[in-house]
Amino acid sequence: MRVMAQMGMVMNLDKCIGCHTCSVTCKQAWTNRTGVEYVWFNNVETRPGQGYPRTYEDQEKWKGGWVVGRNGKLTLRTGSRLKRLLQIFSSPKLPSIQEYYEPWTYDYETLTNAPVQEHTPVAQPRSLLSNEPMKVEWSANWDDNLGGAPELTQQDPVLQKISAEIKEKFEQTYMFYLPRICEHCINPSCAASCPSGAIYKREEDGIVLVDQDRCRGWRQCVTGCPYKKVYFNHRTGKAEKCTFCFPRVEVGIPTVCSETCVGRLRYIGIILYDADRVLEAASTPDEQDLYMAQRSIILDPHDPEVIRAAEKAGISRDWIESAQRSPIYSLITRFEVALPLHPEYRTMPMVWYIPPLSPVVDALTETGHDGEDAGNIFGAIESLRIPVEYLAELFAAGDTNLVTGVLKKLGAMRAYMRDLNLGRPADESIAAAVGMTGQEIQDMHRLLAIAKYDERYVIPTAHAEQGPEMEEFDTGCSLDYDGGPGMGGWGPFGETSGGSTPIAVENFHMLAARQTTDTLSAPPDKNQRVNLLNWDGKGAPEGLFPPKGDGGGVGPDSPSVTEPKP
Amino acid sequence: MNTAEILLWVVLPYVSLAIFIGGHIWRYRYDKFGWTTRSSQLYERRLLRWASPLFHFGILFVLIGHVMGLGIPKSWTDAVGLTPEAYHALAVGVGAIAGIGTVVGMAVLIYRRRTVGPVFSATTNNDKLMYAVLAVTIVLGMSNTVLGVLGLEGEHVDYRETVSPWFRSIFYFNPQPELMTEAGLGFQLHALSALVLFAIWPFTRLVHVFSAPLGYFTRPYIVYRSRDRQLGNRPTARGWERVGGGRR
Repeated sequence: MRVMAQMGMVMNLDKCIGCHTCSVTCKQAWTNRTGVEYVWFNNVETRPGQGYPRTYEDQEKWKGGWVVGRNGKLTLRTGSRLKRLLQIFSSPKLPSIQEYYEPWTYDYETLTNAPVQEHTPVAQPRSLLSNEPMKVEWSANWDDNLGGAPELTQQDPVLQKISAEIKEKFEQTYMFYLPRICEHCINPSCAASCPSGAIYKREEDGIVLVDQDRCRGWRQCVTGCPYKKVYFNHRTGKAEKCTFCFPRVEVGIPTVCSETCVGRLRYIGIILYDADRVLEAASTPDEQDLYMAQRSIILDPHDPEVIRAAEKAGISRDWIESAQRSPIYSLITRFEVALPLHPEYRTMPMVWYIPPLSPVVDALTETGHDGEDAGNIFGAIESLRIPVEYLAELFAAGDTNLVTGVLKKLGAMRAYMRDLNLGRPADESIAAAVGMTGQEIQDMHRLLAIAKYDERYVIPTAHAEQGPEMEEFDTGCSLDYDGGPGMGGWGPFGETSGGSTPIAVENFHMLAARQTTDTLSAPPDKNQRVNLLNWDGKGAPEGLFPPKGDGGGVGPDSPSVTEPKP
Repeated sequence: MNTAEILLWVVLPYVSLAIFIGGHIWRYRYDKFGWTTRSSQLYERRLLRWASPLFHFGILFVLIGHVMGLGIPKSWTDAVGLTPEAYHALAVGVGAIAGIGTVVGMAVLIYRRRTVGPVFSATTNNDKLMYAVLAVTIVLGMSNTVLGVLGLEGEHVDYRETVSPWFRSIFYFNPQPELMTEAGLGFQLHALSALVLFAIWPFTRLVHVFSAPLGYFTRPYIVYRSRDRQLGNRPTARGWERVGGGRR
């Protein structure tokens, strides 16, 4: 047994209202730079729908993830290492920018400087890739709330696996939101496809990261990831992906997407798993057994033998205690209500989901029945096959029994807790019908419905003695980095050269630069900008005023202005 | 042998070689973040799909041809019984296929770079200079072969008795510039533009040649790395190293 710790997340889909707050705050924190305009480390998809990038779940087309070959060996779906290297000059399965969407901005300047005219001037959309005017035809959530259905939803790869008669009725029946981040897989196929070995899994917490200094831009990881959660920064020529907000997690605070989630539907914690059995579990022949295979490598943190092995593997005491209190361990193993997204990709994903029951209850209520009565809910889950089949394709490789079992538990929780809340005696038969005790149902209710902050997030911190090396507690001087005050800007090959700056510093300065820029993307005259911090107050610094005779501008010698106003 | 010849065929090669080696070391130490292919496949893939492999595989074979032509002395091939005619046929045959692939691929790639809007806006001045020098070198090299086959180069020059020994003499530190003066204008221009190309090489995106991922064949699929070695993306500050940690 080789015990390793893994940071993971569980999302309770019943609570997601599709507000995109997680996406927006993530974007603001991580991908608001040139080169990654089209990138959403966190995105929220409406299901049924095509997803982002379009139809990414169609692995016959995009070739992501692993397959078990005829000899029972696990290989990447794209083929052998040699085959991938021979295709390196033009990656055949890389989604083009249109599959994501062409990023754009608006030409706002026209609104203020257009001449007097009969019609109101409009701000034309302009491509952020070519700066040309463009027609906006797709975006990261173009089919939000079933927009464009039924035409667009028909191309949903998950829906296409479900039988035809069910498909037709689908969009009248059921809709839910699926927030997605990088799965930080235990068996990551992006890392396995990286020719340079730049994508690595951190030994301490299992977070999958891209080493920006080692990435050479071969783009194989984008193909390798079946969730299409590794992105190509077209400006720096390097791969970027969700970092699980490691600078935050290291100091014990949750990721930006979790912290800002208004529905409080995200749970973060660690699990302990047996690294020696990962390959064996991922090679399980039957796709529908993969869920249990992944469960089987997750170790019980209360087991004294596991604790001993963990301590031997150098996992500190506070991490083991965090694993014991981990909300995701409870949801996965104790209550058994969380399911992995697309276990059939064999990457052992570690962002799990509690499938949504609400649409079943809503459908039930519409028919005039009591939507929270245990008997009614159990019956509805059995008869409303549509959502169950769809959810099973997403979370259980098509195994409907698994999804039905989870939905029944959620239904039982509603019915059982309603009795308690109305002051009626608890009906233990409801709990027994789903194989739980009343106490377990109440514990689950506390975790899912009450959802206290420190029960949702049990994040062990990195250790204090490592403090000076951590991003958020950085004791270095921000002046030491390119872009810091008094520094000469970037390296000699433009914005993307030179040493990489620490994440915390980079974001601050990039944000500042963008807030003051006049151009669509990064200002070309960045190096010529005036730095008033260097100005001694005598005369006018060069470049503060536009050259004379430029019209409009006021020169430094102009009598109308006596001193420059900052 | 006059000053100009010494400058061109002794000084320039050593300067170029020094910049090539020193430049790569400097670039690798200073600019790992900028060391990338900077692929433009995201913007456009229809033309790239066939032109890029055509160019890259073509130029790999051209490279092999140059290693053989410049690196292997004529006496060696004579010794194994390869007649000059057979060698010439082999070199021109394989070289022509590889050369045509390279030139066609390059032409399409440059056309693509100029005409596809997003690709053109992502092209830096550095790239433009590099493309110019690279294209001139390739076209000069190709025209030497074509002219040689057609017999249009005036008096026949055997590069294996002029250019190749000169090239090797650079590495013996016993340069023989007089060999190049006999080589004919076509070979001289090709060699000169190649020397310029080597001098700018470390400072362009061409550095990606040296990140050919051959290690991929031998490494395990999943890479694990401890953040202990380096937490965040900066080296441990002096005075804060962990006890017993000899890292960085």
